[in-house]
Amino acid sequence: MALTLDRNEAGAPGGVSVDARDIRRAFDGRVVLDQLSLTIGEGEFVALLGRSGSGKSTLLRILGGLDDGYQGDVLVPKQRAVVFQEARLVPWLRVLPNVTLGLSGGSRGALKGRGLAALDEVGLTKQASAWPVTLSGGEAQRVALARALVREPQLVLLDEPFGALDALTRIRMHALLQDLCARHRPAVLLVTHDVDEAVLLADRTLVLVDGRITLDLPIPLEHPRRRGDPGFDELRSRLLAELGVEEH
Amino acid sequence: MSTVEVLQAPRADGALAAAPAAVLVRPTPAKTHRGIPIPRWARRLIAPLAVLGIWQLVCSQGVFTPIELASPVAVVNAGRELWAEGQFQSNLLISLERVAVGLAFGVTIGLVISVLSGLFHWGEDLIDPLVQAARSVPILGLLPLVIIWFGIGEAPKIFLIALGVTFAIYINTYSAIRGVDMKLIEAGRTFGLGRLGLIRRIILPGSLPGFLVGLRLALVHSWLIIVVAEQINAKSGIGYLINAAQTWGRTDIIMLGCTVYAVLGLIADFIVRRLEKSLLAWRRGFEGA
Repeated sequence: MALTLDRNEAGAPGGVSVDARDIRRAFDGRVVLDQLSLTIGEGEFVALLGRSGSGKSTLLRILGGLDDGYQGDVLVPKQRAVVFQEARLVPWLRVLPNVTLGLSGGSRGALKGRGLAALDEVGLTKQASAWPVTLSGGEAQRVALARALVREPQLVLLDEPFGALDALTRIRMHALLQDLCARHRPAVLLVTHDVDEAVLLADRTLVLVDGRITLDLPIPLEHPRRRGDPGFDELRSRLLAELGVEEH
Repeated sequence: MSTVEVLQAPRADGALAAAPAAVLVRPTPAKTHRGIPIPRWARRLIAPLAVLGIWQLVCSQGVFTPIELASPVAVVNAGRELWAEGQFQSNLLISLERVAVGLAFGVTIGLVISVLSGLFHWGEDLIDPLVQAARSVPILGLLPLVIIWFGIGEAPKIFLIALGVTFAIYINTYSAIRGVDMKLIEAGRTFGLGRLGLIRRIILPGSLPGFLVGLRLALVHSWLIIVVAEQINAKSGIGYLINAAQTWGRTDIIMLGCTVYAVLGLIADFIVRRLEKSLLAWRRGFEGA
């Protein structure tokens, strides 16, 4: 499917899913993003690291179309999906209608089929008619992933999606996310403050400090990656140092 | 309380461990089932039946004269008498009809203006100040004026009920719409819901709990208003019956009218409860101990 960049003919490089130039965003005079530029290639998995308050969520909200108070030039694909830290399932819709929320095109049965297929990918077919309130944190986040994937997005924006999960569930979610990305090949921007998570999952990691990208580090490790591999620890230390954390 | 003494198990060599045995308690009190379990519906009947019993006892012991307070038996007899004459049914029906029509108008108008006011700043600026000011006027105080406007037919009664219902629905639905979680609206927006989609899938269902609170209040208000409205310048209805009974010196009929109101209130409450149970099945609130 061709990328639907509105300005493609005006010279955006081919094979690019996000092309953002000179983004500036201030809240009441406080500058959060400062002349920030960012490109993400098709199918590329980029992690965005930063301390809290560094502007990472602001950047994600701009790319997701939730914030229009910025200056600069931002191009993103039409088909985008966001997964928030909290699953943000609509409490009065059961799991399946939550997954198909906002989908149009196709009969009711076809939509249902697509929703069920997405739920099957995250292993939650059985919970299709459950109320969101009855799900565990990990299950709710898997539904949120299914809801993102069912739209066949060219760009998936993940805003600390595993931050509220316990360590065991997070490990399983990492594997699931890698699996899903390998199958659907969307461009991914993962906002996180977990350095290990970034090194484990991303093709490239950006560090955001005071509204500017101060480090753009490719992660050339083979999958599957493991904590403790020599290359892993080196990259990890490098990123931590950039974030101002000295390891002993 | 259910404390459990935990004795340390003797070791293989027969000696006890040196530490003293800790006293452990259960984190929640143990559930005790003493005697025969009584179903919920039956438990709900206990208090009303007790009141009825005391009422009958007080009357048959002659604490009050029959004129001061008619006994339950006398009330039932009055009901039979009026039923045989056909007065009971006709007056009950006309009261029910007034409340139903008033409710229908009030709920519709209340919903429409609360949605306009809740969704659009323009609507809020035009509607909200007006409704907030109007609702602080005691509705029953308008009765003399309304009779001048509409005469003494059905119109003034229905108008007053509709007015009271509109306010109850408006206040609660409007604040519920404004209370819908912004995060859900954002989520809906990122997944392609348009303005109509957001209203239909997120905003209206999200404000349903507030609307149902409004509906409960509206039902109470409407019965309150109909009683008073029917006692002034009316020729039919339960309120009229009560008023007429006063001039006949028939306290049994007055009590009958009050009982009818009580029963109708119970039925209305039951209906709203049912509605809440089916419409709000997605919620998991505190359900009482």
